[in-house]
Amino acid sequence: MQNLNLEVAKGEFLVLLGSSGCGKSTLLNCIAGLLDVSGGQIFINGDNVTWTEPSERGIGMVFQSYALYPQMSVEGNLSFGLKNARVPKAEIKERVANAAKILQLEDMMRRKPAALSGGQRQRVAIGRALVRDVDVFLFDEPLSNLDAKLRADLRVEIKRLHQQLENTMIYVTHDQVEAMTLADRIAIMKDGLIQQLGTPDEIYNRPANKYVAGFIGSPSMNFLEGTIAENTVSCGSVTLPMDGYQFTDQSVSRTPQGTDIWVGIRPEHVVTGPAADNQAFSTDISVELVEPMGSDKLVWTQLAGEAFRFRMDGQANVAPGDTVRIGINTAYASLFSKNKETRL
Amino acid sequence: MSASASVASAGARAGSEPAGPKPKRRLSTRNIVLYSILLVVALYYLLPLYVMIVTSLKGMPEIRTGNIFAPPLEMTVEPWVKAWSEACTGLNCDGLSRGFWNSVRILIPSVILSIAIASVNGYAISNWKFKGSELFFNILIFGAFIPYQVMLYPIVILLREVGLMGSLSGLVVVHTIFGMPILTLLFRNYFSSLPNELFKAARVDGAGFWGVYFRVMLPMSLPIFVVALIIQVTGIWNDFLFGVVYTNPNTYPMTVQLNNIVNSTQGVKEYNVNMAATLLTGLIPLIIYFVSGRLFVRGIAAGAVKG
Repeated sequence: MQNLNLEVAKGEFLVLLGSSGCGKSTLLNCIAGLLDVSGGQIFINGDNVTWTEPSERGIGMVFQSYALYPQMSVEGNLSFGLKNARVPKAEIKERVANAAKILQLEDMMRRKPAALSGGQRQRVAIGRALVRDVDVFLFDEPLSNLDAKLRADLRVEIKRLHQQLENTMIYVTHDQVEAMTLADRIAIMKDGLIQQLGTPDEIYNRPANKYVAGFIGSPSMNFLEGTIAENTVSCGSVTLPMDGYQFTDQSVSRTPQGTDIWVGIRPEHVVTGPAADNQAFSTDISVELVEPMGSDKLVWTQLAGEAFRFRMDGQANVAPGDTVRIGINTAYASLFSKNKETRL
Repeated sequence: MSASASVASAGARAGSEPAGPKPKRRLSTRNIVLYSILLVVALYYLLPLYVMIVTSLKGMPEIRTGNIFAPPLEMTVEPWVKAWSEACTGLNCDGLSRGFWNSVRILIPSVILSIAIASVNGYAISNWKFKGSELFFNILIFGAFIPYQVMLYPIVILLREVGLMGSLSGLVVVHTIFGMPILTLLFRNYFSSLPNELFKAARVDGAGFWGVYFRVMLPMSLPIFVVALIIQVTGIWNDFLFGVVYTNPNTYPMTVQLNNIVNSTQGVKEYNVNMAATLLTGLIPLIIYFVSGRLFVRGIAAGAVKG
């Protein structure tokens, strides 16, 4: 991890998103004080905590494997941190009861972690951070060990908790759905560097580079190779008009004509049916493969000699070999320079 | 259609066709051979024990008749009493009891000390990595490969210099040190196998070095403590080399005394007393195996719970 500057506002929900090994957990462990930094400083709430013990940083941490103390009851788990901090007994009792109420753990205070379900265990783990009344919550992939349904439920619970407590939360995940739904801002990381820091909206609609564009969105973005001309982009036999596209530096003229670029088009931004002809670009296309997903169908085709996917309604009657009229709103497309892969 | 039809016709002939749970044949040739071999091997291993017990319960006249496998005609516990409280070793004629209590006085502090130190060692090496901790660990492990004989004399000098030569506490120190490499390895590997996030969580919760050790790690470590206990109790109780080198006749551990009783060349060889003495000496490790074996299983069951 090198050269990283990140500021999180009070009460903000920041998600660190990236594939495994990108340094997001390392960053979180550095913030928590579980890993020593080799350079630089960490401030929490205005205090320099670079050399401070984890317990004195005002952080609470929730781990992927829950990391509950197996020999202690739920109550023991919740009060362990407070006992270590020598908080008076009456206050421990009150705070534990309060956390248990918020997380609906009151009925299981005497149980051992082994007697809890995955979701309950993770709630206890969150409660352990909650009782300590910390400034910052750190979540290290807290939902990765849960099954899909429980993950969705707990995701909502975490979001509700954030609204209720208004604490700062830093959340590490490799799941883009979690990132998009929970975050005020997302930091997408790769190889220890932040690729883009922005709201979920910005990240989805205006990805800063080709990596971010390909990482966010499922199914992922289509990329076509092309060259730029006055107000158009030509990709082999296809020419896309680019009138509606907002260039990053506002002046198209500063992008030299003939620059090699990538055009990124999200599968969900392709329009079919009668509306197709109203779009900036429309063409007939031959269907190669159809993946039905229930709510919609993912159609695989070729455009300008490259694999191209788009979404159709789940009820659409489409089979391999059919010809479909598609339209693309190029204002929603993303252009990236070919050599630097940054947004134009 | 044709596929489902063939399934149905197969079902109709189910009487002879394989269907349902596979039948187990208990008296197959394979099983007969297997069990007979196991039986023979078991007898082979149990026979010496049988001979020892039977002989120790006979009087000398009966032993002289030479039927070592025959059960005792007149059962007597005389040899056991003699082995425990009357047999002579050198100048002392108070039997094995002296050696037994010496061994107990060596065993208890050595086991407690070595396990206490090694568990903290292992915990520190696996969780509180410091600069050179791997090197330190490797040096420690290297100690496990050095033959004891090499260190016998240097330790004699060391003990003499600090004035512990010939005393029980000297032997305790020696046992504690020599238990270190293997026990540290054992504990380090166990603590490394515990989820690292648990350690991190405890640190975030404000537990320090000893707090994490006593309140988080220790309660989860019963199985490995039982394993260490078995290794140390049997190892230290059965030790002969250190016992004979670093003690004197008054502080001889039980094993050394047993040797002196069995190998005494004066008078008649009292086989029954020797057998009883040997059984008495082997009793402690035997008890440990039986008692902690059950504890061991329970310990593993308790430790298997994932938090």
